[in-house]
Amino acid sequence: MSSPILKLVAQRVALGILLLLAVSVLIFAGTQILPGDVAQAILGQSATPESLANLREQLGLNQPAYLRYFHWLGGVLTGDLGTAMSSGQDIATSIKGRLWNTLFLAFWAAIVAVPLAIILGLIAVRYRNGWVDKLISGLALASTSFPEFFIGYVLVYFFAVKWQIFPGISTVYDGMPFGERMQAIALPATALTLVVLAHMMRMTRAAILNVMQSAYVETAELKGLSAFNVIRKHAFPNAIAPIINVVMLNLAYLIVGVVVVEVIFVYPGMGQYLVDHVTKRDVPVVQAVGLIFAAVYISLNIIADIAAIVANPRLRHPK
Amino acid sequence: MADSKAKPGLLLDIRNLRIEATVFPPGEPPKNIVLVHDVSLTLEKGKVLGLIGESGAGKSTIGLSSMGYGRGGVRITGGEVILNGRDILKGGKDGFRKLRGREVCYVAQSAAAAFNPAHRLMDQVVEATLLHGTATRAEAEKRAVALFKKLSLPNPETIGERFPHQVSGGQLQRVMTAMALCSEPDLIVFDEPTTALDVTTQIDVLAAIKDAIRDTHVAALYITHDLAVVAQVSDEIMVLRHGRLVEWGGTRQIIKEPRQEYTNALVSVHEIEHAEQKPGMTPFLSVKNVTAAYGRSQIKVLKNVSVDIYPGQTLAVVGESGSGKSTLARAITGLLPPEQGTVTFDGRPLANRLADRPKEDLRQLQMIYQMPDVAMNPRQTVGTIIGRPLEFYFGIRGRERDKRVAELLDKIEMGKGFSDRYPAELSGGQKQRVCIARSLAAKPKLIICDEVTSALDPLVAHGILELLLELQKEENVAYLFITHDLATVKSIADSIAVMYRGEVVRYGPKSQVLAPPFDAYTDLLLSSVPEMEIGWLEKAIKGRRMASAGN
Repeated sequence: MSSPILKLVAQRVALGILLLLAVSVLIFAGTQILPGDVAQAILGQSATPESLANLREQLGLNQPAYLRYFHWLGGVLTGDLGTAMSSGQDIATSIKGRLWNTLFLAFWAAIVAVPLAIILGLIAVRYRNGWVDKLISGLALASTSFPEFFIGYVLVYFFAVKWQIFPGISTVYDGMPFGERMQAIALPATALTLVVLAHMMRMTRAAILNVMQSAYVETAELKGLSAFNVIRKHAFPNAIAPIINVVMLNLAYLIVGVVVVEVIFVYPGMGQYLVDHVTKRDVPVVQAVGLIFAAVYISLNIIADIAAIVANPRLRHPK
Repeated sequence: MADSKAKPGLLLDIRNLRIEATVFPPGEPPKNIVLVHDVSLTLEKGKVLGLIGESGAGKSTIGLSSMGYGRGGVRITGGEVILNGRDILKGGKDGFRKLRGREVCYVAQSAAAAFNPAHRLMDQVVEATLLHGTATRAEAEKRAVALFKKLSLPNPETIGERFPHQVSGGQLQRVMTAMALCSEPDLIVFDEPTTALDVTTQIDVLAAIKDAIRDTHVAALYITHDLAVVAQVSDEIMVLRHGRLVEWGGTRQIIKEPRQEYTNALVSVHEIEHAEQKPGMTPFLSVKNVTAAYGRSQIKVLKNVSVDIYPGQTLAVVGESGSGKSTLARAITGLLPPEQGTVTFDGRPLANRLADRPKEDLRQLQMIYQMPDVAMNPRQTVGTIIGRPLEFYFGIRGRERDKRVAELLDKIEMGKGFSDRYPAELSGGQKQRVCIARSLAAKPKLIICDEVTSALDPLVAHGILELLLELQKEENVAYLFITHDLATVKSIADSIAVMYRGEVVRYGPKSQVLAPPFDAYTDLLLSSVPEMEIGWLEKAIKGRRMASAGN
């Protein structure tokens, strides 16, 4: 019974893996094309030609590019992301804590943003073209239109400086109590929520409105269901595929696109880590972070695809 | 609280109903139009009233007003709708919600679209009953299964576990009837419940609906444009036109002794005398042993089909949906290259693929489609649309082209003034006439007519058929006439091919095909066409030799 679904899901997963491999090639190639030489960058202007040659030999930079790619890929697959050139630290170990911090922030932002966006979308449909709809759309659009650094600083100004409810700098450390941690991420999470809210809300609204034209919505109305129940029980389940898609895109953004917000709030996550090491031209770190971001993006999109497949009763229950 | 004016036994009393809507014509300020002009009707408990009329007659609008519902921007602006002794229009939104799905239920034209694809049938069937709290879930489901049985659905115990896409159209229509009956309403509004079905399926659904109405003593408003259908189920019939009452009377009186001219026109609409032409010596187009399939599918949509078309004659291809009629047209035109077999034209084979055919071959085969609305570019004027084949095939331009367009407009009985109009400004029948003129402009030997009258009202369709016959005489053009409607076939065909599951099961001159002895399928097809006779339905069901494919 579930065989067509299994087949489709397997296809998506295989496609995702293939895509990830392609991205890894692109990332590797991209960092190779960049001007500048890592050995030169590490040793600085005053390095002698001999020491440069030694270091290149030591780092394996003299090998052909494809060998270095497979070497790097093999390391990645076994959990070895290499060592950071600037600090000499193991990348996997330093990323672990930061990735967890980023996921923590993204998780709480998503917990607030996704249900809020969908509920606001449902309400907007219920009162479509009325003042409630226009107010919701207007506010959501405004919050998206402001750049995130602006929202960040506005939040800091009011909540941290003026009223001093939340800290303006989101320092977190290992073993920090949960409550304090939540207080620390309150402002960056709010900023992220405001950034992603409108997109999800508008898509929810549009997807449901599209379904509201259907004959089965009229059937539901003629059964005497209340307007909100018509939307919730009959329109929403059929609009779920496009909604999941946009939700997943925004979740990916919460993890991958937080660079600016993390920098503003000095939050020790992946974004800040990436920005730090881009400025230091630390190629292995940039590669590793790039690959992780790509993996997050691809897997969330696969989840969206699979969810859309599973949400379709025609595929779930074939004839 | 009973209305003092209400008669005992009276269920629905609509008085001077006025319904309006705001329309937004392009380039003009919005304006108010009246859809229903002060129509009154009464319906007693357990009786069936048929509402009949062409599209735009206001029959659905009136039907839905009994639930206080207006589609789109439709508003009830005057009159009273008295249901069970109270004016429901005074009840407001909450009042409507309480009566919808409880006192009045609705059966839509296309059950396939009216069921939510995301929920199981049972959940949808019992939804209204549970919502209004008239039964527990177990009771409601028991009632639903009993109704499935009554409506002779297969596997009544388990069909409710299925999703809408797992059930055929004819079955869905019966499930929808069960859904309406499940909350034991006083009134059901049937809105063209069999129009979207094949004739052979329609008869089963019709019989099931009729039995269910009789056994549950529910009253019904039965809306349709097909007088023969409504004559089978109704006690009384109300004829509507342009939102006004034309005639209202007992079923027998309406179909046997219509008092109004319009009703008379509706009753006698299908009768066109068309003498059969004998096939000539040589056909100009021969389809030989054509087999075709879509994609890489193993399932053949056409199996070894052979037919001949003679100059200036009409070959009608009849069959149910899915029988391969339209696919045959696609194979002949080259849109779907056949896997095997050939199409010969004037003694030489035509290229299989459309792209390989020279312009001259394209010109000789023209098409007219079911939906004239979508077959024309809405942003071109009628003159441009008809003039295009003249430019494309003959290179006629400028004044000469305009002259030819005017002649063609004259041929289709539309004035020269239509040349500058856009399709949106035309009625359905006028649009189809423009499509006919466009195909004639190419001076083809064959016009393929794919269900050209199916989307039109009976009287309009009648006009189109007469026009086609007249043009055939004048231009000596042949038609390949695809239809599911046997009445149409009788009035236009010279020879007939009956198709069933991709095969031609019966083929020959009209007089032979329509004369006994019949094969089982042709018999089913012929006996399923509703006749304007009271009691026809019971007779037809009794006399059947095979079950229809839709079951």
